[in-house]
Amino acid sequence: MTSLQARTLSRATVTAPAASRLELLEYYLVHNEDIAGCAQASVEWLGRYAGVKRSVCLAVDNEAGVLTGIAGYGVPGHEVDLFTWPLADTRDPLVATLGAAAPVVFRSGKVVEQFGRATPTTPLGAGPFTVIPLRGTQQGEALGLLLLRPWSGSSADVSWLATVLGQKVEQIRGRGSLTEDVRKLRRERALFFTIINSVTDPILLTDTEGRLIVANARAEKLFAASEEESEGLRRAVELNNMLFSAALSRTAVESPAAARELLLVDPSDGSDLLFEVLSTTVEDPREGTGIVSVLRNITDLRRATEQIEENYQRLRVLEAAARAERDRLNLIIDSVADPIIVTDPVGETVLMNAPAEELFTVAPEAPDSAERSVQSNDAHFSSFISGLLLGETGPGAIRRGEIVLVHPNSADWIPVEAIAGKVLTDSGELTAVVTILHDRREALERARLYEQLKLASDELQGRVQAATAELATQNELLRRQAIELEQASRLKSQFLANMSHEFRTPLNAILGYTHMLLQGVAGDLLPAVKRQLQRIDSNGKHLLTIINEILDITRIEAGKMPMQLSEFNVNELVPEVMAELDAVIARSKLTVTPHLSSEVPLVFSDRQKVKQIVVNLLSNALKFTHQGSIEINVEFDLGTHQASIVVTDTGIGIAAEHHERIFEDFRQVDDSPSRQYGGTGLGLAICRRLAMALGGRITLHSTVGQGSSFTLTLPVEAPQ
Amino acid sequence: MSTEQGPLILVVDDYEDAREMYAEYLRFCGFRVAEARNGNEALEQAFTLMPDLILMDLSLPGMDGWEATRQLKADERTRQIPVVALTGHALAGASEGAKRAGCDSFVTKPCLPDDLVVEVRRMLSLARPA
Repeated sequence: MTSLQARTLSRATVTAPAASRLELLEYYLVHNEDIAGCAQASVEWLGRYAGVKRSVCLAVDNEAGVLTGIAGYGVPGHEVDLFTWPLADTRDPLVATLGAAAPVVFRSGKVVEQFGRATPTTPLGAGPFTVIPLRGTQQGEALGLLLLRPWSGSSADVSWLATVLGQKVEQIRGRGSLTEDVRKLRRERALFFTIINSVTDPILLTDTEGRLIVANARAEKLFAASEEESEGLRRAVELNNMLFSAALSRTAVESPAAARELLLVDPSDGSDLLFEVLSTTVEDPREGTGIVSVLRNITDLRRATEQIEENYQRLRVLEAAARAERDRLNLIIDSVADPIIVTDPVGETVLMNAPAEELFTVAPEAPDSAERSVQSNDAHFSSFISGLLLGETGPGAIRRGEIVLVHPNSADWIPVEAIAGKVLTDSGELTAVVTILHDRREALERARLYEQLKLASDELQGRVQAATAELATQNELLRRQAIELEQASRLKSQFLANMSHEFRTPLNAILGYTHMLLQGVAGDLLPAVKRQLQRIDSNGKHLLTIINEILDITRIEAGKMPMQLSEFNVNELVPEVMAELDAVIARSKLTVTPHLSSEVPLVFSDRQKVKQIVVNLLSNALKFTHQGSIEINVEFDLGTHQASIVVTDTGIGIAAEHHERIFEDFRQVDDSPSRQYGGTGLGLAICRRLAMALGGRITLHSTVGQGSSFTLTLPVEAPQ
Repeated sequence: MSTEQGPLILVVDDYEDAREMYAEYLRFCGFRVAEARNGNEALEQAFTLMPDLILMDLSLPGMDGWEATRQLKADERTRQIPVVALTGHALAGASEGAKRAGCDSFVTKPCLPDDLVVEVRRMLSLARPA
């Protein structure tokens, strides 16, 4: 039977044996009728006053035939309670000691010399110990044994106590059947300790000041340590007692029934242990007020709680991240124009974006055919991804293919390119298949258009090449023609120049000899001959005019018309021109009236060319006028500072559509071979070119049947 | 016809009809006339006869009129003799070419005998003022 062991620290050691003996007798032994209680008080008194650190008291139970542990000090209480030793073997050292007159020393691990038997194992543990028989006043077998360690064997206190205790036991035994009560009590105690020891939580009963009264095995590990234990362990136990006392005093002050946490040290390994302490105050009429404390080890719980809390926080962070990730993913998936479908490993669709929903779900107001279309699409799609789901392809493999879907609403055929990939966990387990469908209509249409365009382009290119080649040929031809034309033109000019020379040489002779004959070089002529010679002369001169005109055109075309600029009065030209054409005028019977101008200043131009133009204009007027008159007007425009000579006739006139034509080379209004009027048709062409070369121009006003008016306009100063 | 003391005109022309026509008309008008058919003959005649005026056709076989005129004008003896060029080529540049060669006057064919005589008389009067 245990308790009030050496570990109660608050009680000071008393050094007055007389007073303490009296106290023991008075308070514990005289009034106590319980053998175990007396024994316990005795061993504690030994520990406290006689320096016996460990002791066990055994009593003889004749009915059971055993020695039984009834009290202990400095040893585990339950070992004392459970200790029994058979009395049957009289040669057993312990049994034999019952008959001994004096204390017997048992040495550790050795044969007890007195009895020739090995030292028995007792709650005192290994090591030598002394056994004292307990006797009353009567002689005979002892009533019990007192096992002490260490004990020198010569302490008066011990001897005294053994005598007192022996007599007390005898006294109690003498009163009758107390042994039975003791046995019953022992059983109950044993049961009690068995029960509280079986509880894994430390359980303690302390007094109000924190002194330990009862503790179960688990509590003893935390709060009790024998002297043999290591220094560290003992210090840990000491620390735990201090912490526990402090906690208890706090509990008493604050809220007695409340659970509170207590941090202790595990004496075996020094690690922290967290306990939840439930303390309850108990009132015992005999023992007084005590406190029962149950300590629940919550170290693991706390650690687990903290772990859980930590995991929970981490989980929340992860969850938030995952949610953000999923939101982002959803946003991405929905913003992709191509349908995207995520399928789980058994082929169920777990996610699809809006474009995919259009193809694989039936809209509420869709036509009847929509459902069939969706089923057909599902079938096509399932068949496409089945290979991936069945693991035909390796991890990370991509499956590509083309399938034809039907749009549920429009019933259009949609050829799509499907690309499916596996989503695997870290361990390679298939979690999903992601499929992207790409509408190929546009691509196909584009390819078709591209093909058409390419064809058209090729054709066009061919045409362009052909046209380019044709153009190059034409260009080359034109270039050659241009060269040929240029050559021809040059040859023509040269030819005309040569021809005019060749014409002139014989004509020179014809005109010369005719002239000589008419001059009478060969003597007088008959009138008829003279008339005939005059015809020759007239026609010869006409021929010469034609040749000269051709020569002029040739000169102008060749850019070789020489200009001889001088200052002269335009008025002077008019009578000169009229004089030159005097014969023609006389023959025409027309009146030619000059109107000169006194305002016109001297002009700086080619006098000969201007005269030639006016001669030509007047000559034409005479030629195309059959009756009426011709007027020659000299005018000067102060505004434009230009002089002009106007020849106006009352002739046949020129239709408006011919106004330009008559200025062209070799042109007359009537070009036919049977035309009425002679002439080369070069006159006006030459006049216009000469006028332009002099910086002027020739203009025409004419009405058919009423006459024409040609105006030569000249600048006062011709360009150089 | 004309007096023996009339001015001597050398007519140079390879075309016989023209040359003889002008020669005949000049004689009719009272001039003495010598004839040459090309440049070499013209120089030979000029140095020999020292004419008062030379009518020089420019287009001649062998030495042409331009070359003959240049040589005449380069010689001290004949430099002062007026040379009247005659040409059927009326293209621009012809008269300038003739003047550069040293011709004193320029007449375009066809030229009536009468007109030629007028020009001859004018040139003679310029060369030998009365």
